[in-house]
Amino acid sequence: MQIANPQRRRFLQASAALGGGFLLSLYLPPWRQANAAETDDMAHLSAHIRIHSSGMIEIMSVIPEIGQSIKTSLTMVIADELDADWANVIVETAPLDSATYGRQSAGGSRSIPSHFDQHRRIGAAAKQMLIAAAAQQWQVPASECRASNSRVLHQASGRSKTYGELAAAAAKLDAPTLDKVTLKKPSEFTLIGKFTTGVDNDAIVTGQPLFGIDVDLPDMLYAVFHKCQVFGGKVRRSNVAQIAKLPGVRHAFVVDGVDDFQGISSGIAIVADSWWQAEKARRQLEVEWDEGWAKQQNSPSFDQQAEQLWQQPPAATLSREGDVTQGFSECSKVIEAEYRYPFIAHGQLEPNNCTAVWQQHKLTMWVPSQAPDRGRRQVADALNINEDDITVHVTRMGGGFGRRLFNDYMVEAAWIAKQAQAPVKLLWNRQDDFQHDYYRPGGYHKFKAGLDANGQLHAFSDHFVSFGHNGRPLLAASMHASEFPIGFVPHLQYGSSLIAAQIPTGWLRAPTSNAMGFVFQCMLDEVAHAAGQDPLAFQLALLRRSDAKPANGFAPQRMAAVLERVGQLSGWGKTLPKGQGKGIACYYSHAGYFAEVVHASVDAKGAISIEKVWAVGDVGQFIVNPSGAQHQVQGSILEGLSQALYQKVEIDGGAQVSNYHQHKLLTMDAVPPVEVEFLPSDNPTTGLGEPALPPVIPALCNALFVATGKRVRQLPIKPEMFA
Amino acid sequence: MKYPLKVNGQQLEADVDADTPLLWVLRDTLKLKGTKFGCGMAQCGACTVHLDGEPVRSCVTPISRVGDKAITTIEGIGTDAIGAKLQQAWKILDVPQCGYCQAGQIMQAVSLLRQFPKPTEQQIGDGMKRNFCRCAAYHRIKQAIQHAAEQEA
Repeated sequence: MQIANPQRRRFLQASAALGGGFLLSLYLPPWRQANAAETDDMAHLSAHIRIHSSGMIEIMSVIPEIGQSIKTSLTMVIADELDADWANVIVETAPLDSATYGRQSAGGSRSIPSHFDQHRRIGAAAKQMLIAAAAQQWQVPASECRASNSRVLHQASGRSKTYGELAAAAAKLDAPTLDKVTLKKPSEFTLIGKFTTGVDNDAIVTGQPLFGIDVDLPDMLYAVFHKCQVFGGKVRRSNVAQIAKLPGVRHAFVVDGVDDFQGISSGIAIVADSWWQAEKARRQLEVEWDEGWAKQQNSPSFDQQAEQLWQQPPAATLSREGDVTQGFSECSKVIEAEYRYPFIAHGQLEPNNCTAVWQQHKLTMWVPSQAPDRGRRQVADALNINEDDITVHVTRMGGGFGRRLFNDYMVEAAWIAKQAQAPVKLLWNRQDDFQHDYYRPGGYHKFKAGLDANGQLHAFSDHFVSFGHNGRPLLAASMHASEFPIGFVPHLQYGSSLIAAQIPTGWLRAPTSNAMGFVFQCMLDEVAHAAGQDPLAFQLALLRRSDAKPANGFAPQRMAAVLERVGQLSGWGKTLPKGQGKGIACYYSHAGYFAEVVHASVDAKGAISIEKVWAVGDVGQFIVNPSGAQHQVQGSILEGLSQALYQKVEIDGGAQVSNYHQHKLLTMDAVPPVEVEFLPSDNPTTGLGEPALPPVIPALCNALFVATGKRVRQLPIKPEMFA
Repeated sequence: MKYPLKVNGQQLEADVDADTPLLWVLRDTLKLKGTKFGCGMAQCGACTVHLDGEPVRSCVTPISRVGDKAITTIEGIGTDAIGAKLQQAWKILDVPQCGYCQAGQIMQAVSLLRQFPKPTEQQIGDGMKRNFCRCAAYHRIKQAIQHAAEQEA
């Protein structure tokens, strides 16, 4: 994710709302100047806080809600500093207006780090203005007044006024400078750090419309869009003219498409009176496809190419420290291992959808998108219209996991609505979803590690074989040059080679880390065992090396702290019965430090049971909402276990997966207890959507090694290897 | 074709093709959006509704097979004592992450508690294993079922 300029300074602006209320918003001066003619309506729309004279307080949720609980967490932050009574807070979804709101995408565990401090300040500023308004009315110094539960109180005289009563007066005051407001001491927090339930829970448990798929407009038509199963395939011939005559079908047409996985694909759109009629008509489609280059690619050939590439030196060097050749020659023990992991899909439960209305060369859209700003740009590019002519409403979404950082379905809906000249809801079916994903790329790692005479890691190398197009790695298919243990080994070299492929790839929860955690933390566990050392003690010793040169903001003492704590919590080191084992792993991603232990057992037939998982994380100073935080960690861990145990997308031209039976999820009967603890540290508060996922996969594989003596070096785990 | 339907105690009518799944009749014809589409193949359980009190996967139930059975959806389950207890437990324990599967989870949990008023861990595991939660909010779902089971009706 890119933000144009995160340092662009915003100013607070107060204004009056209809009926004597108070609005507080941020603004960018140039944007305001360019829109000097904007009326109060615009300020009203883009306010962060609206306090009605009735006392009702509306707080805007600025980040798309995908299940990460941000709609609750970030508004809690404003409400806390505002000293609002949470019971009379109503949370609204902000319009897409990043000039006012800043970053409005959900990805990279970035929402808390990019908005936490600013949201505190907005809440504190509003409170300061309400206090100032009360002090003015009572003719007392503001310093004698304080705020609590949506009221300003003057203790000495026993007077108090509600925020609703003060709203109109506060709206006439000058807003303070954002970085000058006084923030609460953590001991004064009323909401931050408290288990707070989701603001949409009522609507969810009673089935009220909330999600993209629930959008309904008068005279709306329903669309399906049929694409080639081979990636990038194009329509050559079809019976689309007959399809157009089927019951309920209003339009059926071919879209030519472009050669870019981010643009509009080639396919056939069918628009009908109901989604079921469109879907049924689709079953009668007969299409001859031009399958193109991608037809020849397949998973077995990828495996063979990786083996061949491993016979040669890496095509590119990613990082180099010391001299590995010399380093290995100085080692008394060398360990080599090859690791493999597959392409996997997102499988978010709400299939992709988008509703669009084309009217007089303007578009209005309702979309479940994690990156709606970028989606709007893509639509503008594809349709050759101005972004200003596209109004986007972001809905709650049935899972994101990175899939909805890509807006292909938004572009398709816009295209179809323009052609149909009607309000259209495009809805994919599950097969579309699995076969037209932006997959987590597969990969291959050939490791070599050397120990010196003291059992210390002395040399380390990796030849990473990944996937590319025109000599460049596919999206999310590259590896960070700073991957641990760089800086903790005197001699190290990472290199990479690419297999040519034409596959849409992208970000899946903890992108790159979800695979790198597996391979690197399993390899280090192998090294620990080869050195005859306890894996926890080995990792701690590595992190505490006196000659270490940590890179990229990595703080080894924070990792050592979570490792030690998870060791204590899990009873690390106690002997277990035969067929059982505990494994440990840690990983630093998205500014978060996580260490996890898995206790697994394997029966005589090779069946794996996961008895328990312990997780300890350090994401800085505050846990904003313990409920959402625990959800994110437990969810990440169970997702990682699903990936490790079940998930794989076999490639043969396109993706050979049509539904969940081929890309399974952990289910209720197999869910282990997951104990979560946070170690607060004196560091900035960072996000929790992703960093808990990477360690659980290697922790499981390392546990299975202890239980069986067999190493898992390929995902998903094949239970038959233990039989 | 016209189908008279009894939905959440109300008499309604839908004019649709005989093979239209109940899911799409509920969502697109009757505008009851609470029942969700996930897999279309009775794998994920997001579309679970009750027919005469029995849980069915509405995505594979053609409207022609509904007959005169009473349909209950998430929008109507709150009038049932067990349904209301579960909805309350879901809110208090903050079960939803994205929330998309939760209508199906609650509908399934109602039938679980009807069969086993005080379910064991294993009964919860077996009874709920055909309802996927992609966010994996399983710990809270289990806790909420146990919590609801402890409440007086």
